[in-house]
Amino acid sequence: MLIINNLKASIEGKSILKGISLEVKPGEIHAIMGPNGSGKSTLAAVLAGREFVEVTEGTVTYLGKNLLEMSAEDRAKEGIFLGFQYPIEIPGVSMVNFMKTAVNEHRKHKGLDPLSASDFLKMMRDKKELVEIDSKLANRSVNEGFSGGEKKKNEIFQMAMLEPKLAILDETDSGLDIDALRIVANGVNKLKRPDNSFIVITHYQRLLDYVIPDVVHVLYDGKIVKTAGKELALELEEKGYDWIKKEIENNLVA
Amino acid sequence: MEKDQDKILNDVTTGEYKYGFYSDIEMDRIPKGLSEEVVRLISGKKNEPEWLLDFRLKSYRHWLTMKMPTWPNLKIPPINYQEIIFYAAPKERKNLKSVDDIDPELKKTFDKLGIPLEEQKHLSGVAVDAVIDSVSIKTTFKETLAEMGIIFCSFSDAVKEYPDLVKRYMGSVVPYTDNFFATLNSAVFSDGSFCYIPKGVRCPMELSTYFRINSANTGQFERTLLIADEESYVSYLEGCTAPSRDENQLHAAIVEIVAEKNAEVKYSTVQNWYPGDREGKGGVFNFVTKRGMCKGENSKISWTQIETGSAITWKYPSCILRGDNSTGEFYSVAVTNNYQQADTGTKMTHIGKNTKSTIVSKGITAGHGQNSYRGLVKVLKNATNARNYSQCDSLLLGDKCGAHTFPYLEVDNQTAIVEHEATTSKIGEDQIFYCNQRGISTEDAIGLIVNGYAREVINKLPMEFAVEAQKLLQISLEGSVG
Repeated sequence: MLIINNLKASIEGKSILKGISLEVKPGEIHAIMGPNGSGKSTLAAVLAGREFVEVTEGTVTYLGKNLLEMSAEDRAKEGIFLGFQYPIEIPGVSMVNFMKTAVNEHRKHKGLDPLSASDFLKMMRDKKELVEIDSKLANRSVNEGFSGGEKKKNEIFQMAMLEPKLAILDETDSGLDIDALRIVANGVNKLKRPDNSFIVITHYQRLLDYVIPDVVHVLYDGKIVKTAGKELALELEEKGYDWIKKEIENNLVA
Repeated sequence: MEKDQDKILNDVTTGEYKYGFYSDIEMDRIPKGLSEEVVRLISGKKNEPEWLLDFRLKSYRHWLTMKMPTWPNLKIPPINYQEIIFYAAPKERKNLKSVDDIDPELKKTFDKLGIPLEEQKHLSGVAVDAVIDSVSIKTTFKETLAEMGIIFCSFSDAVKEYPDLVKRYMGSVVPYTDNFFATLNSAVFSDGSFCYIPKGVRCPMELSTYFRINSANTGQFERTLLIADEESYVSYLEGCTAPSRDENQLHAAIVEIVAEKNAEVKYSTVQNWYPGDREGKGGVFNFVTKRGMCKGENSKISWTQIETGSAITWKYPSCILRGDNSTGEFYSVAVTNNYQQADTGTKMTHIGKNTKSTIVSKGITAGHGQNSYRGLVKVLKNATNARNYSQCDSLLLGDKCGAHTFPYLEVDNQTAIVEHEATTSKIGEDQIFYCNQRGISTEDAIGLIVNGYAREVINKLPMEFAVEAQKLLQISLEGSVG
């Protein structure tokens, strides 16, 4: 699905990612954890195609293609979805209109005809149920006046609508109460299939109580310093990030 | 509807001005320049009665004493009035009885613009008065409307057939001394539309005037007079285009509306005069005076405008709220891209008791465009319980354009409630990226965001024109964020 090899990237000349390698296979859920400022969101931004991040070295192969050469909207249409840490408000543009445009762009890319209005609305209804999102949200402008929790649920709703092959959730759990967290997690679990993959970026372990990762990576200072199974998340929760920091410093000394 | 809308939006692939063609029509033009002789010549060409010639001469002599206004926030190059042709009309064929008698070139021109002059081909429910350069070519559905007592014809025909109505109302809302361009129009106006809705009649179709400038070096000076008698209703639309030319062309029009007791008039404009090229060369100077008088109690006048064209726009569709409980509304979207400039807004004058006005202005500016909102809300001493709500928003695309707001308030009655809200926003890279990440291209993202921003105003337009307006907004802004 996704192969990242020795990826280095900087923002305004400041080096943030310092050589990241990882492979995500179809059907896998990878969790990327790490303290603030470790480069988690920068990694998500590179994968989604944000232009302010400059890739200085390394390769990213997605479904056999060079991802770094693709425009942001082509990546989206090829099945990459980014759940934003801070979803953007677009006043005056209704969720219905926004999603319809997006869904039909995806369909066009696959050589399919646009959905009829009734089929589209039915799809909206089904997916809304799936992620337990309030019906009224769909008639409002994109994220405008949504609470923090509503915004995050709305990201999961959009993910359900677009059925991505690779979903990257950037701290979707931050700022959520336990109910919203459960809804977000359930959304992920319901959408999980053997042929799609998730990268869940999170600061805390608690989301991983609901979404069970196959692989956990710890990102620290722009590098993956530890990779293991789901038990790593629990260990981190218990010992805190200081444990990782100390371990690294010890390694340096040694 | 949704489907049509998508189709039209998708059809738009190029950002060029697509109405820039020129038609080779046999024309009757008078020599360029302006003088008392020219005013007499125009009046003579139209076989006008003495009173109208007097009105023109009075206006011309007054105009000579006036100076062009300097208060707008516009850079207007000097205009040489001796270089302008003040009258140009397609050569008339004798006995113009049916559509078949119209010059085929002319018919072709309007077909190309999507305005067929044959009634059966036309959008059902819209009657059109087609004006090219200085004269009205054809008014559709005239007979159907006449059965209900509605008069819808060219201004020149109205002068001949309904002189009393014209005499009574012409200049009653915009006096000939009003302002530099209105006075000029009063001296040299060529044609335009006239409409009278009798007492108690609800006009069953949209009435519309389509203005087209065709000839080079020609000014267009049309006049529209719209009278809604007691208890009547009419919705009126105007559209405008012009060929692409390197030199600027002057358009100085007047629209006067009178709404009697309980009457309601909706006046919508989709203005798409040639805006000039990307470097700011050429384009129409659109200096227009539009004013409505809510004369009777409970009357209502509503202006909706989508201004995407013209090199320079100077216009303030206004309402004089004289009747008690009368209502004035102004909904506007003004777009300036490349080197376009617009200074536009409204004046709401509250005279009667319990009068209400609403102003919603949405400026969109890109490239090197300059966009100013200028509005006056005036509450006179006797206007007890007057209410006004104003909202003016500016949306900026890029960092070389400018948005300005000049709201004026003059309140002489303590019971008045006047509210003003203003916002300025930029289309953010974040918003565009968010759309990109969902598979929407940058161009479509701008279309979505701009149309979302202007939705409140576009929703006020009749259906067919709302689609047209959305399409126009997208075209006008193409290539503006890169």
